[in-house]
Amino acid sequence: MASILSLKDAVAEFVHDGDTVALEGFTHLIPFAAGHEIIRQKRRNLTLIRLTPDLIYDQMIGMGCASKMVFSWGGNPGVGSIHRFRDAVENQWPRPLEIEEHEHAGMAAAFAAGAANLPFGILRGYTGTELAGHTPVKFIECPFTGEQLAAVPALRPDVAIVHAQKADRRGNVWLWGVVGVQKEAVLASKCSIVTVEEIVDDLGAPMNAVILPGWVISAVCEVKGGAFPSYALGYYPRDNAFYKQWDSISKDRATFLEWMQRHVMETADFAEFRRSLEKRGQTILSPPVNL
Amino acid sequence: MVANSYTSDEMMTVAAARMVRNGTSCFVGIGLPSAAANLARLTHAPDTVLIYESGTIGAKPNVLPLSIGDGELAENADSVVSLVEIFYYWLMGGRIGLGFLGAAQIDRFGNLNSTVIGPYEKPKTRLPGAGGAPAIAASCGEVLVTLRHSPRAFVPKLDFVTTLGYGEGAGSRQKLRFPGKGPTAVISDLAILTPDPKTKELILTSVHPGVTADQVIAATGWPLKAAPEVQTTPPPTAIELSVLRDLNERTARAHAGQA
Repeated sequence: MASILSLKDAVAEFVHDGDTVALEGFTHLIPFAAGHEIIRQKRRNLTLIRLTPDLIYDQMIGMGCASKMVFSWGGNPGVGSIHRFRDAVENQWPRPLEIEEHEHAGMAAAFAAGAANLPFGILRGYTGTELAGHTPVKFIECPFTGEQLAAVPALRPDVAIVHAQKADRRGNVWLWGVVGVQKEAVLASKCSIVTVEEIVDDLGAPMNAVILPGWVISAVCEVKGGAFPSYALGYYPRDNAFYKQWDSISKDRATFLEWMQRHVMETADFAEFRRSLEKRGQTILSPPVNL
Repeated sequence: MVANSYTSDEMMTVAAARMVRNGTSCFVGIGLPSAAANLARLTHAPDTVLIYESGTIGAKPNVLPLSIGDGELAENADSVVSLVEIFYYWLMGGRIGLGFLGAAQIDRFGNLNSTVIGPYEKPKTRLPGAGGAPAIAASCGEVLVTLRHSPRAFVPKLDFVTTLGYGEGAGSRQKLRFPGKGPTAVISDLAILTPDPKTKELILTSVHPGVTADQVIAATGWPLKAAPEVQTTPPPTAIELSVLRDLNERTARAHAGQA
């Protein structure tokens, strides 16, 4: 049964050094607040899993939280590169980052296998690409037709962390819009934290809505705006200025570190982080640092 | 009516849009493919079904999305499904007619690299990676590739094979039992290349107005062969251009204040 906790307490209880952690979200409902809390609590040696690592994984990598990343597409969606990730892979800064990379279909299959408690996922994929030489994928023969198929080992993270629109007081969670692999990630993981825009008395969700029952979730935390600067459909659009400005903030190590120190390390929680950006009348971002 | 002045990016988008047949189900990515697919939907191909890999089926964005997670795609879609469903039932299930792909590098057989420049273990440039591309290239009925022409992009040998086009040439896809036909055209800012029906090597079949075959050959890193009769791509019509520019202006207005 889900406990309703503060995000700080949930991360302290469920995310440990050396854990395999999936902060999922397919460019929508990205759990930024939870990523920041992990950075604040200085978790180390994490294996980060996500199909589409973007700004929050860039921040976690640049702050030295991760020793490995499992992914299929890493970038700043619609903008360009994630520079801290690139610096880690190209120059081992701030520490070497082992990578295990897949294609989206393979990771989706691996999460579904994890959720189903099966040892591997199966798909037509990886064939003819050089990816196969750099991942744990193996090729097996269909016992019925003889067709060669790719097998990817199930993903079973220690912790899944996702952001959703609503929860009720018993910790049942409802998410909608682009829902990615969040359901599979939660069901594949040993424990899970869900941050939500609001906790309400009654979800009022329609039949067949994407619901994560409270009894499969470890902790539910109310964090308004917890997916900022990404989208939360029905609550806010993406703050595109942030995505664009991240490109220049993250390009330079010193600028990045100063920004993280000022806005994440020296703020107590996500609300304070948001306020730190709004200072000096800027609605969204603080003025570029070092300028 | 032919428009007087347009950019090479507009020519590229229009040329790609023209290849979308009405009624096709079309797997779309952000950027030029999204602009081209929507231009097609707003002009000659109103019944085109746009599918973004975030799981939005029958998306009808009024403005171009900032990313595949954009609410604009979800809210106007016929259905929004999970990633497992989009890749399993829709893409692997063989329900998508056309896929759009871009890349950092392409070779003469339409194989694509979006993983690294330089050696994999010690890359000079780490690129985003595969995303949905390998599955799109394998399973869509056919694939259109869009990228800007330069010898650094059109290379004799890929630094990394992320996505298979025609592999080592004719027969490669059949050997691997890929259901889709593979890349049927490469649309750049200079020209259109299409695979030779026998060898599957990409050859120059059409140059955009004002571009010479020699220019395209010089901008290609392998000795590019030209078709016996190289066509000239018809320039954007006034209607194509005005619909595309309206779309871009609407998009800029909608995202103003966020940019």
